Amino acid sequence: MKPDTTVVIVGAGQGGFQVAASLRERGHAGPVVLVGDEPGLPYQRPPLSKNFLLHAETQTELRPRSFYERRDIELRHARVGSIDRFGRRVRLADGHTLAYDHLVLATGARNRTPPIEGVTLDGVVQVRTRDDAERLRARLSAASHLAIIGAGFIGMEVAAVGARTGITTTVIEALHRPMARSVSVATSTHIADLHRAQGTTLRMGRTVVRLDGDDTGAVTGVRLHDGTLVPADLVVVGVGVAPAVELATDAGIDVGDGIRVDAHLATSDPHVSAIGDCAEFPNTHTGTRTRLESIQNAVDQARCLAARLTGTPAPYTAVPWFWTEQFSTKLQIAGIGQGHDDSTVLGDPATGSFSTLLFKDELLTAVESVNAPADHTAARRILAFDRPLRREETAVDGFSLAQWAGGRQRRGQDRTVAPQDAVDARLGHTADVH
Amino acid sequence: MTKIDYIQSDGTRITVDAAPGDTVMSAAIAADVDGIVGECGGNMMCATCHVYVDEAPAARLPAMTDDEDQMLACTEAPRTALSRLGCQLPTDEPMVVTVPGIPT
Ligand SMILES: Cc1cc2nc3c(=O)[nH]c(=O)nc-3n(C[C@H](O)[C@H](O)[C@H](O)COP(=O)(O)OP(=O)(O)OC[C@H]3O[C@@H](n4cnc5c(N)ncnc54)[C@H](O)[C@@H]3O)c2cc1C
Ligand code: FES
Repeated sequence: MKPDTTVVIVGAGQGGFQVAASLRERGHAGPVVLVGDEPGLPYQRPPLSKNFLLHAETQTELRPRSFYERRDIELRHARVGSIDRFGRRVRLADGHTLAYDHLVLATGARNRTPPIEGVTLDGVVQVRTRDDAERLRARLSAASHLAIIGAGFIGMEVAAVGARTGITTTVIEALHRPMARSVSVATSTHIADLHRAQGTTLRMGRTVVRLDGDDTGAVTGVRLHDGTLVPADLVVVGVGVAPAVELATDAGIDVGDGIRVDAHLATSDPHVSAIGDCAEFPNTHTGTRTRLESIQNAVDQARCLAARLTGTPAPYTAVPWFWTEQFSTKLQIAGIGQGHDDSTVLGDPATGSFSTLLFKDELLTAVESVNAPADHTAARRILAFDRPLRREETAVDGFSLAQWAGGRQRRGQDRTVAPQDAVDARLGHTADVH
Repeated sequence: MTKIDYIQSDGTRITVDAAPGDTVMSAAIAADVDGIVGECGGNMMCATCHVYVDEAPAARLPAMTDDEDQMLACTEAPRTALSRLGCQLPTDEPMVVTVPGIPT
C-alpha cells in the first residue's frame, strides 16, 4: 500500500483504536479516519464488569483527545450504514460518504438477547457498553436481589460485584458449571467455590423459562424450568455475543462465524480487512478457524494489520491470552484449552494459587493460572515456541513452567514468530475450508 | 497535585500534574506520554507500563508484590534494578521515571 493512502476504520473500540495508533507509530502518512458510533473517546471494556461498577471514577478512556490530535487521527462520531466496495466508499448513516483505499472492519460484537418472555421488563439489563455499565451501576445501588443469567466471564464478574456490595446474588446457568465453555473443570470448580464462600447462590444446570414482572412492568423474579422462582429486582443477562457482521454481509464479503479473514487478516475483498471480536480467522494455535473475544486478540490483530499496511506483512500467530478478576482472585489464561483431553494441576488449589495445564494429543495447549502470574507469563512464552511442551516433560518432580521456559530460551529455541511454512503446515488441513 | 517527570525514550522530558488516585501509568496515559501503553488497564497483565524509577523517595515507594515481580519477567525492554510497573505506583510523591522504548 502506498504511504499516502487513506485508511478508514469502522468501529472505534479496542481494535479500531489500536490500528489507528499503530499505523501512526509505524509512520503511515496518509489520512487515518476512525469512525465509531458510541459517544465519547474510545474506551476499554474490561473495567465495565469489574471496578467501574464499584467506583464511578474508574478511568476507561484509552487515550485523551490530544493523542488523536497530535497524531492526526480523525475521530468521526457516526454509524457506518453500508460499504460500496466497487466505489471504495462507506456511507454513513447521516448520509455522508467517506472514500477509502483500505477499509478496516473492527465492529466488535453485540450482546445476544435470549428469546425469553419478560426480557424487556424494567430492571433487566446487559453490559457491553459504558452506557450499559453506568445504568447497571445505578441499579446496583438500589437493588436487593440480583439474578444473573449466564455464568460466563462477564456474568461471574458482575456476580462478584453484587456479592461485594452486599446484594443477595444468584447466578443461573444452563450448563453444569461456571465458564464451562472456556475453562477446565478444576479452574471452574475453584472459582465456583469462591463465589459460594461469599454467599452467592449458583443454580447450575437450570434453564430460564420466563421473567416475572409486576403491574408497573418491573421485573420481580426469574422462573426456572424446575418450577422454582428466583426473586430478583435486578436481572443481568450475559448469555454471550454475536459478531457485528451485517456491513460485511450486505457488501457480499464472506462471513462465517464472523467476518472471514485469511492469515493476514484480509477479507475476501483485498481492500477490506477485519480484526477483533468480529473476525473469524485461521488460528495457528488450534489449527481451526476461530473468533476470539479478548483484548489481546483485538490489540495483536490490530498491530499485525498495521504492520502489513505499512509494508511488513506477517501472518497472525500471536499466543491468545485472557484474564478475569473475581473478588481478589485473578484468573489468567494462556492458549486455547477447548477440546483438551488431559490436564494436570501445578501447585495446591487449597492455597488459592495454582495452575492447570491442559493438553491435547500429549501437547500443551493452554494454561489456566489462578493467582499465579509467573506460570502465566511462562506459559505465554512456551506457547510461542516452535517446539511444544509435552505432557510427559511436566510429570517430573518439581516441574516449573518458568524454569522450562528459561531453559528453552537459553538454548535459543524461542521463536516467537513461527516461520510461514510451519504455519502453513499446521493450517494445511483447514486450507480447503475457505 | 504531584509532579511526575517522565523521560521519554527520545530524551524529551514531560512533567505531569498527577491527580489524586492516579498511578504512574494512568497519569502518563492522561497526559499522552509516549511509550506507556497500559494495554491491560492496570491489571498487571501486560507489562506495557514498564518504567525505570530514576529518582524517587525510594523508601516510600510501595514494596513490589510477588505479582509485579513476576510480571516484570516479561517486559519488552530489559529489566533492571530500577524497573517497576507504572500501574502499581501511586503518585503521592514527586517522581522521575524513564520510559523504555517499546516497539509497536
Ligand atoms: C463487560 C466486558 C468485560 C470484558 N472483560 C474483558 C477482560 O477482562 N479481558 C479481556 O481480554 N477481554 C474482556 N472483554 C472483551 C473485550 O473488551 C473485547 O474483546 C474487545 O473490546 C474487542 O475489541 P473490538 O475492537 O473487536 O470490539 P469493540 O471494542 O466492541 O469495538 C467495536 C466498536 O465498533 C462500533 N461499531 C459497530 N458497528 C459500527 C458501525 N456500523 N459504525 C460505527 N461503529 C460501529 C461499536 O459500537 C463498538 O464501539 C470484555 C468485554 C466486555 C463487554
Ligand atoms: S498496565 Fe498492564 S501491567 Fe500495568
